[in-house]
Amino acid sequence: MIPPSFEYLTPSNISDAVALLQKHGDEAKILAGGHSLIPAMRLRLAEPGYLIDISGIGGLDYIQEESGQLRIGAMTCEAALEESEIVQSKYPLLLDTAKMIADPSVRNMATVGGNLAHGDPANDHPATMLALRASVVAEGPNGTREIKIDDFFPDFFTTALAEDEILTEIRIPSPPSASGGAYLKIERKVGDYAAAAVACQLNIDSSGSIENIGLGLTNVGSTPIRASSAEELLKGKKPDENMLAEAGRLAAADSEPMEDLRGSAEYKRALVNELTQRAIKLSLQRAEGSR
Amino acid sequence: MGKYIGESVLRKEDPRLVTGEAKYLEDIQLSGMVHAVVKRSDYAHAKIKNIDTSEAEKVPGVIGVWTGKDFEDVNPMPCAWQAGGVDNNANTPRVLEIDKVTFTGQGVAVVVAEDRNIAEDASSKIVVDYEELPTVVSAEEAIKPGAPQLHENAPNNICMEWECGNQEGTEKALGEADVVVKEQLVNQRLIPSSMEPRGAIADYQPATEEFTVWMTSQAPHVHRLLATAFVFGIPETKMRVIAAHVGGGFGCKIFLYPEYCLVAALARKIERPVKWMETRSENFASTTHGRDHVTQIEVGAKNDGTINSLKVTTVANLGGTLSTIAPGIPTTLYGRLLSGTYKFPNIYCGVKGVYTNTGMVDAYRGAGRPEATYVVERALDLVANKLGMDVLDVRRKNFIQTNQFPYLPADGITKGLTYDSGDYEKPLNKALQMFNYGNFREEQKRARDEGKYLGVGFSTYIEACGVAPSAWIGVGGEGWGAGLWESANIRVHLTGKVVVTTGSSPHGQGTETTMAQIAADELGIPYEDVEVKYNDTLGTPFGYGTYGSRSAAVGGAALFNAVQKVKQKAVRIGAHMLEASPDDVVFEDGKVSVKGSPDQAKTIQEIAGAAALGYSLPEGDEPFLDETAYFDPPNTTWPFGTHICVVEVEKDTGSVMVKKYLAVDDVGNVVNPMIVDGQIHGGIAQGVAQALWESGEYNESGQLVSGSMMDYAIPRTDCLPSFELDRTVTPSPTNPLGVKGVGETGTIASTPAVVNAVMDALSPFGVTHLDMPLTSQKIWNAIQS
Amino acid sequence: MKVSMRVNGVDHEHDVEPRTLLVQHLRENLRLTGTHVGCDTSQCGACTIHVNGEAVKACTMFAIQADGAEITTIEGLATNGELHPMQKAFWENHGLQCGYCTPGMIMASVDMLKNNPNPTEEEIRHGLEGNFCRCTGYHNIVKSVKAAAESMQGGA
Repeated sequence: MIPPSFEYLTPSNISDAVALLQKHGDEAKILAGGHSLIPAMRLRLAEPGYLIDISGIGGLDYIQEESGQLRIGAMTCEAALEESEIVQSKYPLLLDTAKMIADPSVRNMATVGGNLAHGDPANDHPATMLALRASVVAEGPNGTREIKIDDFFPDFFTTALAEDEILTEIRIPSPPSASGGAYLKIERKVGDYAAAAVACQLNIDSSGSIENIGLGLTNVGSTPIRASSAEELLKGKKPDENMLAEAGRLAAADSEPMEDLRGSAEYKRALVNELTQRAIKLSLQRAEGSR
Repeated sequence: MGKYIGESVLRKEDPRLVTGEAKYLEDIQLSGMVHAVVKRSDYAHAKIKNIDTSEAEKVPGVIGVWTGKDFEDVNPMPCAWQAGGVDNNANTPRVLEIDKVTFTGQGVAVVVAEDRNIAEDASSKIVVDYEELPTVVSAEEAIKPGAPQLHENAPNNICMEWECGNQEGTEKALGEADVVVKEQLVNQRLIPSSMEPRGAIADYQPATEEFTVWMTSQAPHVHRLLATAFVFGIPETKMRVIAAHVGGGFGCKIFLYPEYCLVAALARKIERPVKWMETRSENFASTTHGRDHVTQIEVGAKNDGTINSLKVTTVANLGGTLSTIAPGIPTTLYGRLLSGTYKFPNIYCGVKGVYTNTGMVDAYRGAGRPEATYVVERALDLVANKLGMDVLDVRRKNFIQTNQFPYLPADGITKGLTYDSGDYEKPLNKALQMFNYGNFREEQKRARDEGKYLGVGFSTYIEACGVAPSAWIGVGGEGWGAGLWESANIRVHLTGKVVVTTGSSPHGQGTETTMAQIAADELGIPYEDVEVKYNDTLGTPFGYGTYGSRSAAVGGAALFNAVQKVKQKAVRIGAHMLEASPDDVVFEDGKVSVKGSPDQAKTIQEIAGAAALGYSLPEGDEPFLDETAYFDPPNTTWPFGTHICVVEVEKDTGSVMVKKYLAVDDVGNVVNPMIVDGQIHGGIAQGVAQALWESGEYNESGQLVSGSMMDYAIPRTDCLPSFELDRTVTPSPTNPLGVKGVGETGTIASTPAVVNAVMDALSPFGVTHLDMPLTSQKIWNAIQS
Repeated sequence: MKVSMRVNGVDHEHDVEPRTLLVQHLRENLRLTGTHVGCDTSQCGACTIHVNGEAVKACTMFAIQADGAEITTIEGLATNGELHPMQKAFWENHGLQCGYCTPGMIMASVDMLKNNPNPTEEEIRHGLEGNFCRCTGYHNIVKSVKAAAESMQGGA
């Protein structure tokens, strides 16, 4: 119920925060929205000796389009994503995802950066960022670097961030016209982690064929998974029901679900199959609608 | 009917609740108070070899660390309801276990510290050396030879074997049936999950040797009696028990838990007030669970749908040790309800109560009657399916007819209690006016052609509540170790303001409001002039508390009778004031007046004033209007009704959506329709949740897998639709108010309605039965096979 | 560590351990016990308050994170003894039974209406996903929020 004692540090800029990470190593954790970390600490599943609260660092909370990208500051909270006009009008996949994370009060605090940096394959943004072919910016003692999202989740609860790096920004390529996306999730009950979820982002050409497509899978593996076989099948094609069914089958085959309270591996694969088909259909509809 | 009864009067409770002013257990702070944290077993079955508290004791701010050995002089908790008429191999918990633990979460040590943070830190430093023992979590496995034995006095882990009905006659009738349906029905373990967990605060005064114990309690007088008489061996008068505002109970706060006695023992030891409050995780592991039956049914029927026999064999999981009334739930409150609304001529029920390495199981909303109703209402549908008959036709064929009341169910299963009154077609027909059944079947067919799977389920239930006639349920009868009447005291003060004190212990039911309505109407005074006080053993007459849907039917009846005594005295005093004979006056509209001369009257306020002054009273009368009554019901009450649930099942994901839910309930006369409807809503939500989402699960090692609200799926706003309710009113002849009780009917009725609906949706796939909870995974699997 | 905040219009300064949760600080140090604790996994919402005008689960924040914040708890909703329309609506529509979830439910509902003043039933149910109630089955909670929405729009 109550975490063990820790020291609380409030750096006022990123380089100070980085320096603190260097100083305290694995004894330290970044505190952003706190809605993954604090529950873990209350149950004493995480016991950091130092919490580095970066919410006092200004300039990390923004949503803006720049240089052909949507750039989101890591401290942007999910509610801000939901309320952003840019997101509402041009990034339906991102909007869908934000709306499905936990519940409204949690979304007032939980940050996009935190959702990614936590490294939990059950979180919703990782698969979405895969589908969007996003990248993240990390800042460490040696400066900043951009990390492609496909390289960001090497292992279970592990990200590509070095121990002394902080995720500062998420970059999403601005979609071309006639783009659509969707995030579909099956939960046992609202606000729960996904039994399975699929993120889809695509754009179509004038004939309605898919030019590019990204498909990400949530909570059906030790990391978020790119359904690359399905992506390859669909690229350049105008899918009919059979091709969609094949795409679903391929996505399910790419997933590596574990059995738990939310379902058996077989069931989760079936969900991936079904949700992939639905997500693609919905994305196509939205793409047509956005011409 | 007066001004208030029958009206949806807004609740007196609410102003302090909507402002956050109301104090719940955890809100109470006492001067000098310290905090206790219990160290709990991580093992489901283990001997306690050694407990090293030395590191914990060194933590600054710790007052002490104790183990079970420090409380050997404190007796184990009592099991106050052992199944009647049979041997019970009872085992109950101690304040802290000494030799072994039999479920994960049992307390083995306690830290008391200046604040709770420190106590938690210190608790994590206690080292317990366990010798692990093999575990068994399934009741069916636990009774097999070779299973791990939990308690020396319970061979094959059997606590009791109990039966009701006629086995021979029922088996013979099964042999004569045209069809026999056999099925295994699992009624899964549930975790009550009241929003407020459990807690207790104890204060001890050495000079008078008196305890004051605040508890999250549904029955303070019972808690006091059990703690003093059985655990501490002291007179009841040496303990005052107070329930502050209680944040829901649903049964789990009826029982005497180890921690409640532990804080009292600690307060006596250290002579400072001690507070303990469990976390939600502790609540899941160590507060009682509900249900957990595995049942084999055999139902015999004629080809025309008449059911001639019902044989039920149940293995009931009681957990690692017994909670206060555990054996009574799967016996009296279950087996005796198996006739349902039907005139089954042959019934038999055999029950084994079994120990396993799981949490304690005891009453949870409905307590035995949901389990019985599930058996009966599923049996009806299974028979209908087997015979290719409509589910409603089979029900109508078997309903007890209106000319058969008072109805005594077959084979003595109710041990003499009769269904007082009923008309089961009435709510069914009313429900069918709200729901066009014929249209639905057409819609269902069209939907199937489109690959959509709709289903409708019915539950035409009865239940027994307003517990209970004391002699019937008591020691010589069903085995409950005390009485089950209820009490009320009413005082009309000098200025005419009224206070009611009751032995009922509401924790959300609005009893403060409904009792005020009753008193106000009976005395003809404004509702605002009535206060209702409860939940404190000091200042209320002894009563048995709130559960079993009894606070209106038994508590309200006691109040009604107490008010009649006040009215009778008021008549005598009023007549005296009017210089008339008591035979020549009448009490009406809050006044005593001379018959035929209404302007010659004294108001109840004037009479109360005169009574309080005592200057001139009739011969034989003492001052003050103050009367107490105790009501022992002659029967339980028998609410009944029809619930209808419509679901849509998604073939490709197995997801179930509840599209529509309607209920027509007959709960007798209704004191406050708004409150009654609210009880039904809440009950339905819990019953639907059992059907579709909730499941208290242990793994083979006895770890509670569904150990937090993350993993145990209680419903959220989004999971349920709004409900459509209506009622029929058949006043109960059992009490002067004609009320039946409604707190549990929603839960009892709804679970089978939902399951029947899902099975109806799945019938094109040839699925006849699936066990709850009907998760999407389970449904998807069934569709695939 | 020193922590200052304005709670229900009153400034407070205390010395707290970093690990003190905001809900503990409000309940124990400020004696504002109307905000309740119902779980330990940030699900139930009984602890919902407003921090800088937004609904937040006070059990999932440390008090020190709220340094300098403006906080409203259930005790701060009524003004000059007048209940807030949401409180009135819950009372008038039987939106509570045991009352334990009610402060959090009310605070979450007030925030929801701020962002969506005229919600449909579906939107209300979505908007209160983060608040559990075990007593009411939610039926009357939805009714209460709808009634509050109407009265708050009408009165505006």
